[in-house]
Amino acid sequence: MPVSEPAPAMRWLRTSRPGHVTLLAGLVAGWLLLYRINESLWEAVLFGWLGLDPQQRLSEALRFFLYDSIKIALLLSGIIFLVTVLRSYLSVERTRALLAGRREGIGNVLAGMLGVITPFCSCSAVPAFIGFLAAGIPLGVTMSFLIASPMVNEVAIGLLFSLFGWRITLIYIGSGLAIAILTGWVLGRLRLERWVESFVYETKLHGQAVESSLGLSFEQRLQMGAEEVASILQQIWPYLLIGIGVGALIHGWVPTNFFATYAGRGNPFGVLLAVGIGIPLYSNAAGVMPMVQALYEKGLPMGTVLAFMMSVVALSVPELILLRRVLQPPLLLAFFSVTGVGIVLIGYLFNALLV
Amino acid sequence: MDIKILGSGCKKCITLESHARQGAAELGIASSIEAVHDPVAIAGYGVMRTPALVLDGQVVVSGRVPAIEEVRALIRSASGRPS
Repeated sequence: MPVSEPAPAMRWLRTSRPGHVTLLAGLVAGWLLLYRINESLWEAVLFGWLGLDPQQRLSEALRFFLYDSIKIALLLSGIIFLVTVLRSYLSVERTRALLAGRREGIGNVLAGMLGVITPFCSCSAVPAFIGFLAAGIPLGVTMSFLIASPMVNEVAIGLLFSLFGWRITLIYIGSGLAIAILTGWVLGRLRLERWVESFVYETKLHGQAVESSLGLSFEQRLQMGAEEVASILQQIWPYLLIGIGVGALIHGWVPTNFFATYAGRGNPFGVLLAVGIGIPLYSNAAGVMPMVQALYEKGLPMGTVLAFMMSVVALSVPELILLRRVLQPPLLLAFFSVTGVGIVLIGYLFNALLV
Repeated sequence: MDIKILGSGCKKCITLESHARQGAAELGIASSIEAVHDPVAIAGYGVMRTPALVLDGQVVVSGRVPAIEEVRALIRSASGRPS
């Protein structure tokens, strides 16, 4: 547990080479400066130097695209760096140890919360699933962890907070957790263990599990953060540009209140439609956020927006294919439909509650 | 030495594999390097976060990509050679 968390940072400040401290301070200052001037910079370049007409749709869409690309890229780099460094003090092994021996109910709650903070990528879903079950953690509790992990994503938390404020962010965290906890609990009640591929329970864990981040120096953790930023940005930039591009198109051409008229609160199928479109779409929190922002701006209600976002990040075809290795079709179907129904319910609930 | 890289085939696993290859070559240690993609086999090693590095059946790193110097040191100590 990161009890003495500021201590390694202080120690690092005292002992590390001055060059590294200066570099870090320079990067932080550059980040703050860019974030500050981003908006006025593009206005000056496009409407000042290039003399484009801000009333024109194309130039306004272009401004939105440039401004948003830089803004999202900056936010992402900052958030990923911070989260990676902080999370290097946690590990899946420790999470598993915390969950071992918990009963359902309290176990689901704990698994959901740990799913949010544990460093985890969907490419490790199958080994983690086997590792949890082989350690005797109930199926429903394991499912709560596996649902919460992509659903309540730390990048989405950071972006939502920067773009929409703390109220929407808390709603997102709370409802995502509720879905993960309840879905896991329901799946556990349904006694679906027989639909787990039988070899999972026969897997012998030979060897001692290695703590993935034990005994790293603070400098190594900072370096991990920087590498993670580079590797994630490299991975997601096409999704990001497509997302921002679609966002810019919506921003420029879709009339204000378009979605309020056609898919607003008055349309009982709005949320259902959004989730139906969202599930086959495969993107990540970063790619979907510019679209979310533009959809909301044009009057799509917040509940529908959240449901759309959750269905895009939490349920996808690649994940289905991965999990098929360990789950037989009936359980896979139950997992997808219970999660999907949960997302739809959350959408309607918040459309009714949020004004 | 028997070196295995556990991972789904993502970019990090490929980086780790090249670090291991280079590390073993620099030390002049004869080795067979194998990438293990099967998630079930990966779970069998008790690994829950990829990529992971396995030297002669022992998991030495999981969940991160160690720098080449660190990989070299790990291979050296696993081979029982004095540094």
